[in-house]
Amino acid sequence: MSAVLVFVDQHGAAADAGLSRRTQELLTLARAAGEPVAALAGPLSPAAHACLGAYGVGRIYQSEQSELFDYLAAPKADFLAQVAGELQPAAVLLENSAEGKEIAARLGIALSAGVICDAVGLDAGLHAQKSVLAGSYTVTCRATTAISIITVKSNSVHAEAAVTPAEPVVEAVSVSFGAASLAAKIIDRSATPASGRPELGDARIVVAGGRGVEGNFGPVEELADALGAAVGASRAATDAGWIEHSAQVGQTGKTVSPQLYISAGISGAIQQKAGMQTSKVIVAVNRDAESPIFEIADFGIIGDLFTVLPQATEEIKRRRG
Amino acid sequence: METSALNIVVLVKHVPDAQLNRQLSAQDYTVVRTDSILSELDEYALEAALTLVEERGGAAGGNNITALTMGPPAAVAAVKKALQIGAFEGVHLSDEALAGSDAAATSLALAALVRHLSTAEHPVDLIITGMASTDGESSLVPAQLAARLELPQLTFAASLEILSEGAEADGGARKAVIRRDGDTEAEMIAAALPAVVSVTDQINSPRYPNFKGIMAAKKKTVTTLSLADIGVDPAHVGSAGSWTAIDSAQARPARTAGTIITDEGNAGVLLVDFLAAQKLL
Ligand SMILES: Cc1cc2nc3c(=O)[nH]c(=O)nc-3n(C[C@H](O)[C@H](O)[C@H](O)COP(=O)(O)OP(=O)(O)OC[C@H]3O[C@@H](n4cnc5c(N)ncnc54)[C@H](O)[C@@H]3O)c2cc1C
Repeated sequence: MSAVLVFVDQHGAAADAGLSRRTQELLTLARAAGEPVAALAGPLSPAAHACLGAYGVGRIYQSEQSELFDYLAAPKADFLAQVAGELQPAAVLLENSAEGKEIAARLGIALSAGVICDAVGLDAGLHAQKSVLAGSYTVTCRATTAISIITVKSNSVHAEAAVTPAEPVVEAVSVSFGAASLAAKIIDRSATPASGRPELGDARIVVAGGRGVEGNFGPVEELADALGAAVGASRAATDAGWIEHSAQVGQTGKTVSPQLYISAGISGAIQQKAGMQTSKVIVAVNRDAESPIFEIADFGIIGDLFTVLPQATEEIKRRRG
Repeated sequence: METSALNIVVLVKHVPDAQLNRQLSAQDYTVVRTDSILSELDEYALEAALTLVEERGGAAGGNNITALTMGPPAAVAAVKKALQIGAFEGVHLSDEALAGSDAAATSLALAALVRHLSTAEHPVDLIITGMASTDGESSLVPAQLAARLELPQLTFAASLEILSEGAEADGGARKAVIRRDGDTEAEMIAAALPAVVSVTDQINSPRYPNFKGIMAAKKKTVTTLSLADIGVDPAHVGSAGSWTAIDSAQARPARTAGTIITDEGNAGVLLVDFLAAQKLL
């Protein structure tokens, strides 16, 4: 059985941290397609070690070299290229973050291997499903090279531990970095304050506000909290500075496909739809009956968000007692 | 120290207008390219180049901006639009063998093209791209281009500055510094020139072409090059040279029209009824 290498980035993880759900999902997919092997950047906590074993990982290649974290993407691609060169896996799987895609892109050049990004499904034969043209098509695609490099969106599979756990053996890797890889240096970092809400990209429910909130995200946030949802926004709202840019949904923001997307005071421009039209259920609240958002809404309310949203929030609280 | 001139290449792509109904070809699943325009996200790249060059005295200051595209004959329209907005000259790589190129094949051709344009007298200092193309949406090309050219990659820039001072430690090289806004942190990233930079739509507000720009563009040159001109083997690009393939494609069924109600004072409660019925509470 050929190996499927999963990139696991534990940089900055707490000493008792296990693996993220996204990593567990990647390991689940890797196990369906071959023997799951981990390439671990950063420390290996006992919890992470146990979790890798539970997911059936028998081999862990690990590097904690500081270069991996002080530069943009390239050193991580060097690490994976070195491990893959030795292991010759059938595939390398990574998270579909901006960084994950860039590592994949560079790894593809290093290994002369095809890169598929934005996968929402992956079968045992390494055929990937993805949406293209802003969700208007679903395609099945694959790499035609000996190694496939695939970045997979979160929630593409239900994470499941292996029936037979493994006892992972750790092999330390000393990566020799290319000179050009140590070129784009991270000279400063500043943490963005955490909202305490679910992460937009992973959330089961998203409540999003647009220009119609007129600077007041209160009603959107209160409904989100009543539903345990993440808060999203249109670019008009983030450009106005009413909410942080990381909340933007759309072509140049996040692409989300939650179970439920509630859109309030958003007109439904093509660039907004690009980020949310694969949601399972879409609810829209908009004052303007002609608004294009109603063309894709499962349930649309022509009304004022400042009365409809608070009433819904109250009703949810009332029903829950 | 006087700010020195910059020779900038901006990559532009001719893409189907996202406002219209975009389609994949039924034969080979490539994007149907009728009704195409300059990719909106490339306007931010061009604006970033124009800003840097204007700060350094424009053409009179020895600066240059070349708008570069790769694509079928019609793709030259993207270069022409860039010239109207303010690029100084244009280059169009056009060759039938390029059809069906994936990101890897595209980056191979673009890397050869940038090498071809970067001469000893006029080395390219900066290659600026959009954060993604609005049709491919992958963001793979800037990273792959940087990897192939063995140049530093400064991607998803929400701000961009070129610093000439304080770089003695690097042998006097000028530096590009960008800000990149991630989910959990913002990073400042620096690299010596030459470098590949991709910019987001947060970086600036692109200008529109004005009448003067449209007239001036008529006098600007567009050079058309083939794969032979830049020394690329046709077997390494196009569908044949690509490392990925699409096996099948299905148009996603249009969302069926839902229930639309007008608020008569109880729409919030009706919304909760709907969520309960959908088992979403
Ligand atoms: C290159 C590019 C990239 C872009 N990327 C994105 C992206 O990623 N995401 C994105 O969202 N946009 C993006 N845009 C912008 C997009 O084109 C639209 O301009 C934007 O989505 C509009 O935001 P909006 O719907 O909030 O505002 P508007 O279009 O102004 O709509 C506001 C809506 O609120 C309604 N409204 C007002 N008051 C109320 C009220 N009290 N109650 C109920 N409804 C009310 C109005 O009827 C209207 O429909 C991009 C644009 C470009 C050019």
